[in-house]
Amino acid sequence: MNNYLLMRDEFVLLGIILLLLVAEIMLIGKNRKAVVGIATGLFIVHTLVGFLPLAEGTMFGGSFRTNHLLHNMKSIMNVGVVILLLQTWTWAREEWSHKGRVTEFYFLIFSTLLGMYYMISSGDFLMFFLGLELASLPVAGLVAYDLMKMRSAEAGVKFILMAGVSSAVSLFGISMIYGISGSLYFSEIAQNFHLSGLGALGLLFFMSGLAFKISLVPFHFWTPDVYEGAPVPVTSYLSVISKAAAVFALAIVLFLIGREFVSVWKPAIYWMAVLTMTVGNLFALRQKNMKRFLAFSSVAQAGFILLGILSYDQMGMTSVVYFSAIYIFSNLATFGVVQVISLKTGREQMDDYNGLYRTNPKLALVMLLGLFSLAGIPPVAGFFGKFFLFMAAAAHGYYWLVIIGVINVTISLYYYLLVVRAMFLRKSDTPIESFQAEIPVKIGLALAVVGILFLGLYSPFYDFILNLTTNI
Amino acid sequence: MDILSLLVVIPVITVLVLFFINDNQMVRIISALGIGIETILTLFIAKGFMAERAAGNSSEFLFTRDTVWFESLNIHYFVGIDGIALAMLLLTAIVLLAGIFISWNIEDLTKEFYVSLIILGTGVFGFFISLDLFTMFLFYEVAVIPMYLLIGIWGTGPKEYAAMKLTLMLMGASAVLLVSILGIYYYSGMTFNMQEIAQMEMPIHAQRFFFPLAFVGFGVLGALFPFHTWSPDGHASAPTAVSMLHAGVLMKLGTYGAFRVAMYLMPQAANEYSTFFMGLAAIGVIYGAFGAIRQTDLKYINAYSSVSHLGLIFFGMMALNKTAYTGAVLQMISHGLMTAVFFALIGMLYGRTHTRDVRKMGGLLKILPFIAVVYVIIGMASLGLPGLSGFVAEMNIFVGAFQNPDFIHRVFSVLAVSAIVVTAVYILRVVGMMLMGPVKNEAFYKLPKAVWYERVGALLVLLPVIAIGLAPMWLTTLIQESLGHIVEHLAAYGH
Repeated sequence: MNNYLLMRDEFVLLGIILLLLVAEIMLIGKNRKAVVGIATGLFIVHTLVGFLPLAEGTMFGGSFRTNHLLHNMKSIMNVGVVILLLQTWTWAREEWSHKGRVTEFYFLIFSTLLGMYYMISSGDFLMFFLGLELASLPVAGLVAYDLMKMRSAEAGVKFILMAGVSSAVSLFGISMIYGISGSLYFSEIAQNFHLSGLGALGLLFFMSGLAFKISLVPFHFWTPDVYEGAPVPVTSYLSVISKAAAVFALAIVLFLIGREFVSVWKPAIYWMAVLTMTVGNLFALRQKNMKRFLAFSSVAQAGFILLGILSYDQMGMTSVVYFSAIYIFSNLATFGVVQVISLKTGREQMDDYNGLYRTNPKLALVMLLGLFSLAGIPPVAGFFGKFFLFMAAAAHGYYWLVIIGVINVTISLYYYLLVVRAMFLRKSDTPIESFQAEIPVKIGLALAVVGILFLGLYSPFYDFILNLTTNI
Repeated sequence: MDILSLLVVIPVITVLVLFFINDNQMVRIISALGIGIETILTLFIAKGFMAERAAGNSSEFLFTRDTVWFESLNIHYFVGIDGIALAMLLLTAIVLLAGIFISWNIEDLTKEFYVSLIILGTGVFGFFISLDLFTMFLFYEVAVIPMYLLIGIWGTGPKEYAAMKLTLMLMGASAVLLVSILGIYYYSGMTFNMQEIAQMEMPIHAQRFFFPLAFVGFGVLGALFPFHTWSPDGHASAPTAVSMLHAGVLMKLGTYGAFRVAMYLMPQAANEYSTFFMGLAAIGVIYGAFGAIRQTDLKYINAYSSVSHLGLIFFGMMALNKTAYTGAVLQMISHGLMTAVFFALIGMLYGRTHTRDVRKMGGLLKILPFIAVVYVIIGMASLGLPGLSGFVAEMNIFVGAFQNPDFIHRVFSVLAVSAIVVTAVYILRVVGMMLMGPVKNEAFYKLPKAVWYERVGALLVLLPVIAIGLAPMWLTTLIQESLGHIVEHLAAYGH
């Protein structure tokens, strides 16, 4: 029985999900605003509980596995979700609670998070696929949350179709791998999985399914439309938490079963990295809508993470987790600002941000820090994240890839500076007027800023992650 | 805490204090106070440094402090200075302090201006004290990025274009530099410690690949031809204090880095590539000088003259001998001071006449005696008049360059020397058109004379120019002591 405690994170989250359903029934006819507080509060408790140490081990004959690395990956995602929930406080309370549709938001978000937990913690492909599906399907509901808006509904349909196809491709790949190795368990596959044409094809199919979720080029076409159509909090969730989870899953599975197939997937990842960085950047250059802009920027960012996966050792894994954690904070800071402004004024174009610093200096500074962190400018955290990714890649002699990477960093700096230019340099006749955000939203933004400022400079954080990845 | 880290801590504290102050006058006073303390500290360090040297301490770097930062990656916070770094620190402190005074009249977003300016200064101070490549690179980027806001918000003319061009070119260069730093790291046994790397011999094929990356990476910031194109636009659009700091100090990050990182750590490749880069530098010297002749905008004239003078620095470095190195380092200091004064004066003139076109000015000597006299003095320094700092530096560079007897070096040297004549043309032409002769514009008679903060700012930088010119020995000794190590190191792989 003690063994079941290994699934503590999952159980607590499931408990919260069920509790929310009950709360929904109890609150009929009453003020739904309370749900926002309850859900956010419960999740904060869950996150704090998640910080408690957890034993390592497996359950269900190896279907479910957990260790310190996996556990802390979940904690990193939890922190991201906490920040996100705080930032969506006003949105949920003011926009949705009086329409009686606020519980679903939390229910869906927590369900997909639960799916990601299982995806990361899976010990076989069955559990992995269940996790993948649980992580994907609720997102469609979230994307189409704003049903009355055409774009939102359209984005929802687009997402569910794409997610369905990519899951199917992944499943096809899994079936090939099963056919070759005769097992679904990662540990057994790793032993019986030898280089063969079918196996290589299976692995590539499986990877392309995940590439859809991370929106790596050339599997990224759904990203901008869905990001633009979805409500901002959902976009934020998709581009931050969902992406990080998929990256973690890809890294873990490749580390577990990919050793024999290095010659197959390394070139694939190499070229996907080149394409993702470059294409994401080039498309981001011309975007005028902040959500689309951040969508493409997050496509490009995912390309950089692949450098860490490519190096395929402890240092690479560390830099992947480290960068992802920093990326979560950086992107949440930028999305947080976009969200606050979109909610207060309904304006989402880059030109609307003209003169923002003069009316809302604090928001502009948060945005500035977030963008600098994404662009990799010291002394904020993003610099360290990118530097260590490049170090990991250079350690294996991928100097040309590093050169392509740094060129892309410079290109990305251009479009990040466009936003800075709008906020600081430009003036506007109709600037976004000065306003105050609610306290929880402010805390959400402040947490992101603290992460950006200190995660990089504070080196024990890196050492902490390094310790987690020792027995990968 | 060690004394060198204070150089970074004091500006950071100043910035933090500034965040809580909303009164413009208080912001100015606190900035001046913070950087004033910084300057005094720098002088104090200089005194301590010379005392140590006089006491016979001959280790390469003094005041070192080595703290482990990222242990598993062998990244350290490692600081220390030698004579060259010390000279650069003095230069930075003086120019930064002068910049604070010169900017006294900025009213729009005053606090933000000073915060950005001091963050830039922090980066520069940090860069010069760093002996660990990672820390150095970090400070380099910290120094560059505030330029975007400084030019973009407070600049003039096509400022958005200039700011973006400058930032992207410099950050692009730093990206190239990053590749080279990683290469150095992995080919010298996974360390960023410059002292250790210098002891190790990187494989020659790695040096051949990474030396150009490092040299060009820093060279862009030092306006090495043909990567100088950001510099005229950037300087022309930047506000006065930023032009001063940028041409005076920031560009020296490029030359200093090219010397300390590229050449010092990869000496074999430096020898191999020397002719090529010497050629580029010589072209830059000539090109910059002729470019300056053709310009009518004061800031453009100075920007091109900077390209020419910085070309001389690279030229001296690539001559690969001690005399020329000494000249190159002296030129860094001398040009830093001169160009800072130039830009300060141009800012004052522009603030009064609202034009930077030399053709529209005339006879200003009668109306603005202080500004005009300082301009003439500094112009003389710039064209290398004996008794001022420019002469000492250029003399050393040319004497050094002529020590290479082969044909190609001779050709380059002759070319570079001939640029002195061209320099005289554009300096004297400006002095003649702008300061002498009849007053072209009646409205100029009402122009106000220089106010106190302008005088303080200009004199702060002018006095060292004269001091170095008259008594260069203390500085050359300081530099040559430290050059000893580097020269031996580079000579060991010489022709």
